[in-house]
Amino acid sequence: MDVQDILEAVFTFDNYAQLLPLVRNSLIAGAVLGVLGGLIGTFVMMRDLAFAVHGIAELSFAGAAFALLVGANVVAGSLVGSVLAALVLGLMGIRARDRNSIIGVVMPFGLGLGILFLALYEGRAANKFGLLTGQIVSVDDVQLNLLLGCAVVVIVALIAIWRPLTFASADADLAEARGVPVRGLSILFMVLLGVSVALSIQVVGALLVLALLITPAAAALKVTSAPGLVVLLSVVFACTSVVGGILLALGGRIPISPYVTTISFAIYLVCRLVGSRRTARRSRRAVLSSGRVRAAGDGRQGA
Amino acid sequence: MTPTTSRPARSPHGAAGRPAISLRGAALSFGSRTLWEDLDLDVMPGEFFAVLGPNGSGKTSFLKVLLGLQPLDSGTATIDGRPIARGSRTLGYIPQQKSFPPETPLRARDLVGLGIDGHRWGVRMRSRSHRDLVDGLLRDVGASSYADAPVGLLSGGEQQRLRAAQALATDPRVLLCDEPLLSLDLNHQQAVSSLINRQCHERHSAVVFVTHEINPIIDYVDRVLYLADGRFRVGSPAEVMTSEVLSDLYDSPVEVLHSNGRIVVVGLPDATTHHHEGV
Repeated sequence: MDVQDILEAVFTFDNYAQLLPLVRNSLIAGAVLGVLGGLIGTFVMMRDLAFAVHGIAELSFAGAAFALLVGANVVAGSLVGSVLAALVLGLMGIRARDRNSIIGVVMPFGLGLGILFLALYEGRAANKFGLLTGQIVSVDDVQLNLLLGCAVVVIVALIAIWRPLTFASADADLAEARGVPVRGLSILFMVLLGVSVALSIQVVGALLVLALLITPAAAALKVTSAPGLVVLLSVVFACTSVVGGILLALGGRIPISPYVTTISFAIYLVCRLVGSRRTARRSRRAVLSSGRVRAAGDGRQGA
Repeated sequence: MTPTTSRPARSPHGAAGRPAISLRGAALSFGSRTLWEDLDLDVMPGEFFAVLGPNGSGKTSFLKVLLGLQPLDSGTATIDGRPIARGSRTLGYIPQQKSFPPETPLRARDLVGLGIDGHRWGVRMRSRSHRDLVDGLLRDVGASSYADAPVGLLSGGEQQRLRAAQALATDPRVLLCDEPLLSLDLNHQQAVSSLINRQCHERHSAVVFVTHEINPIIDYVDRVLYLADGRFRVGSPAEVMTSEVLSDLYDSPVEVLHSNGRIVVVGLPDATTHHHEGV
């Protein structure tokens, strides 16, 4: 395979207009999952749950593989796996350290189980690969409705708990003193996260789910701290990655996930570059003002 | 710094001199170790009440009882005449200084805003009155200059001023402070403690101030609860912070020295509790 072949595999736009209607469902699903990923990603970053997302994804993969093996609905299997994993993490790991070690223990086990189920499965090999690297290209109406239904429920629930969840994520002690049900919210959030992971796996696969749930929010946090803008940017970045990925993948012969992850990564790089200037400016200002405070303090002591 | 928010001043001593905090026969223990027992205490509105003692003497647990996060083993506790309920709106709370991660998606004003309505469900709609309230609080604590700065990039002292603003947002009847000056430099210690003092003596909130270091607040304190080894003593600083009382509490010779309006305690039995040693 020479460079020309590779390029043709990655970017071919022959018959693009005819192909586009075929991916209508995928585009809708991708856009909605982009919104979901962007919204929940901000809380994942705030609550330091990036590793948990990865762990949940592997267990979700095991659930989906089991569903594939026994001929059940793959999305449902994926949902069961990730919600169970999320609940276990929500109930057991309060501190980030404990949580990370639990994830480190459970994740390879989930991945191993998934590989076992796939090894036993005798159907199409593309289905197997799809679980790990994404399979949205062929979303039928039934799947689309299930995806959309779940995504809307999660988005509505997130908006309903938005403020107290922000409070609890920023300062759990203070929120608890103010009567915010910190523990209940944390468990509910893990369930919502579990569902989001299971849905995202349908687009980008278990291995690449971080590109949808972490990278857009992480990129947004590099350029701003205004909460509304963080959420807006994060959603825009996630949607751009997914929808853009699907549109680009349409031309080539490879799965969509490399496109999604590459766009998402490129956005992150740009944001990081922009952000490094911003923090440099801010810390220069901080140095200046602390110098002022010190000077004022010296004056007071001398008086 | 004068209060600029237009909040109606409360009449001193609230409803007919009723205590803001009242404990009767209160006791708390961890396993077989008694932190304190037979504690009878009334803290009045407008009183600055300091809780002192070595590590592990039950200072923070005392605060947790008042916050409703820790039930008493026996006795009763009321705030504003009512049994303690978790998340009461009559309470303000300033926790220990703990830094926010650099990429927290909140600006200073957002953090203060959470103190006003962070417990409510849903999303806050854009509101003029909310914005004005936040601006007023930021002005009160002298944080206007960094109102739009990311909280994660602020210094510990700046963050602690915001926590004070959060706690004062509801003009609480009772203000609970858990070592709020810890790890702050001298300037910020003075700034934060004078803010708390203003809420206490001008707006007549009862302040419970847990600390291992009385000197930064020595000018404000009305009474002291000193906890040590399962026993306690309540009284004015002049009554409690003496060689006799502390030697008796610790059951070993302790010397209290006064120097330039500051208190230095020498010879504490537990070397890990270097309190009252100046900053």
